[in-house]
Amino acid sequence: MLLTGSDIIIECLLEQGADTVFGYPGGAVLNIYDSLYKYSDKIRHIITSHEQGACHAADGFARATGKTGVVIATSGPGATNLTTGLATAYMDSVPLVAITGNVSCNLLGLDSFQEVDITGVTIPITKHNFIIKHIDELADTIRLAFKIAGSGRKGPVLVDIPKDITAAVCEYSHADPSKPLIIPEMSKIKDIYNVNEDDLARAAELIEKCEKPYIYAGGGVISSGAEEELKKLAEVCDAPVSCSLMGQGAYDQTNRRYIGMLGMHGTVKAAAALNECDLFIGIGTRFSDRVIGDPAVFGRHAKIVHIDIDPAEFNKNVEAKVTVKGDVKAVLKKLLERVSQKKNPWTDELIGKDHGEPVQVGTDEFPVTPQAVIEKLDELTNGSAVIATEVGQNQMWAAQYYRFRNTRSFVSSGGLGTMGFGLGAAIGAKIGCPDKTVINVAGDGSFAMNLNELITAYAHNIPIIEMVINNKVLGMVRQWQRLFYNKHFSQTTLDNRHIDYVKLGESFGIQTFVIAKNEDIEPVLKKALEISKTAPVMIEVRIDRDINVLPMIPAGKPIVDPITSIEIEREG
Amino acid sequence: MQEYVLSVKVANHNGVLPRVGGLFSRRCFNIKSLNAAETEEPNISRLTIVVAGDLKILEQIKNQLMKLYDVYEVKILTDAVTREHILIRAGRNSEDRHKIIEIANLYRAKPVDVAENSIMLELTGEPQKIDAFLSLMKPFGIIKMVRSGITALERD
Repeated sequence: MLLTGSDIIIECLLEQGADTVFGYPGGAVLNIYDSLYKYSDKIRHIITSHEQGACHAADGFARATGKTGVVIATSGPGATNLTTGLATAYMDSVPLVAITGNVSCNLLGLDSFQEVDITGVTIPITKHNFIIKHIDELADTIRLAFKIAGSGRKGPVLVDIPKDITAAVCEYSHADPSKPLIIPEMSKIKDIYNVNEDDLARAAELIEKCEKPYIYAGGGVISSGAEEELKKLAEVCDAPVSCSLMGQGAYDQTNRRYIGMLGMHGTVKAAAALNECDLFIGIGTRFSDRVIGDPAVFGRHAKIVHIDIDPAEFNKNVEAKVTVKGDVKAVLKKLLERVSQKKNPWTDELIGKDHGEPVQVGTDEFPVTPQAVIEKLDELTNGSAVIATEVGQNQMWAAQYYRFRNTRSFVSSGGLGTMGFGLGAAIGAKIGCPDKTVINVAGDGSFAMNLNELITAYAHNIPIIEMVINNKVLGMVRQWQRLFYNKHFSQTTLDNRHIDYVKLGESFGIQTFVIAKNEDIEPVLKKALEISKTAPVMIEVRIDRDINVLPMIPAGKPIVDPITSIEIEREG
Repeated sequence: MQEYVLSVKVANHNGVLPRVGGLFSRRCFNIKSLNAAETEEPNISRLTIVVAGDLKILEQIKNQLMKLYDVYEVKILTDAVTREHILIRAGRNSEDRHKIIEIANLYRAKPVDVAENSIMLELTGEPQKIDAFLSLMKPFGIIKMVRSGITALERD
């Protein structure tokens, strides 16, 4: 049938099962929004306060559901406002399709009003991008964008569509997304699913011979849906397990084998495991600098087996003895066929030993600690909520103290470290998972960056819990300034800001509560959890400014003997 | 640092070069020369890229290039015919011109434009030959020069 370009866009989104999109209208996407109006019974559009929030929402939706998120923005500033969100998704391999409008083809390249070369801008922060110059390319390009975003190592794809293309008319026929597109390049993507048997055999041999295996799982386990295989491998190898920040939720953290995160803010136990193990099995991970510290001494007694879908990650940050390229789930399935049940005395010894993990303590003025609040939240939600975070101390505390039981339950900007990510992402996660409790753990610094999305939460009645851990400082930077910059707290003390969170929340229509005393923790959390069944709610948690994220390994230093206490001078 | 020649097949459409070039610059890979043109298949271009680095970096470059959607194939050439083409204008006076022509004959460089005091030559050959020729031209004052960068095809 003959359809306009903008109708074709919506039809293609529906083909892909994308019945929810996030975005913000504008001049260059007027036609697309006209089609959204027409198709409003089939496709839900969430307007945010800012395109950045829309992009983070699409990202949070994708992370929480495993589906590809969709965001729509207009040309020029609308498109550039997506960049932080795209870069965030790119660093964490999140499948997104961003649709941007652009000026009409005859105005391209003339510095026209609200024109920007967004495909040029986003080359380094997208998996791929397209600009459509002919209406007959439109449908297949959108289909291809979804294919690229959701295959291999996933990532964001941007499709830039000039306004005249959205108005032009073209023949459209429905296509089933399960059918392969006929394009030669896809063979490259399919190749990933062929696992090299020799590599597998070498990995299996190392596992067979080792006595102290340590499994380290990254976000790739979640992307490929290999949680069950990971669990089985840990049992068969009789190994302790750590998850990276991106891997939170890939392994049930109440399992006795789980020994916490590894790296800069990993547990003391995980650091000990790293230094004692003779085989380090990295699965679906890219060995981030935040994890490996000093690469020269990373796992000094260990051989490294690295399993990942992206061979460009092999031997990039650490040297691996054996690398196995492929979809993590497929690789682990095959690996499980080759390894037999082991029993390693070291594993029990490691798990049973008290490594002296630090415990947070409050002050007289601020008795509440983030640890106490998040552990209570974990208890009240049975570890099954979806936790989004901002970036900084709040993020580390959420990762450290919430015991994730389920996959896709931690939504956090790991690679890019985007402050202002969490609130939008939580909104997207809640829309994707309406039956789950969704909580954004924020700091007061990150909150102030994108608090505008509270408006979105209210307007669409997206019942999330926004938890602002308020220490009136940019805590993570302050922590570094304390340790490495002679306590020069440059621009990180926010005392001059005045925010009444209760009034702020209420002016946006959002009920807000304060946790200031330990006795507040349980009743306030319970009340918020109750309200969040039907409406968004905010909590301010007042804490001392010098509660640090511990343990800590300074950047680039060996993951050995983490710092477990930092001396704080107290006034008066 | 060792130099390596990569032969890269890419989609022949707008915007592929910035993707490849951008990858090299943002990942701090050292590019010595890059040559791009259409192949026997009109929808495919071949880039011949000379890079400097060690084997580890070479492996990274190959893997990162393969992640680009528009890149179809990356080959590291070990046994290949490599050629470079130059155009060069040199000479300060008519006396120079004669000497230049003498050297040009030795190298089978072809005069393509003659002016009163200087001469423009073209030469195709292996990069080492080009380098040797250039060092002989230097005393005559190289006025302008353009090198194509290396093109290469592997031997069968």
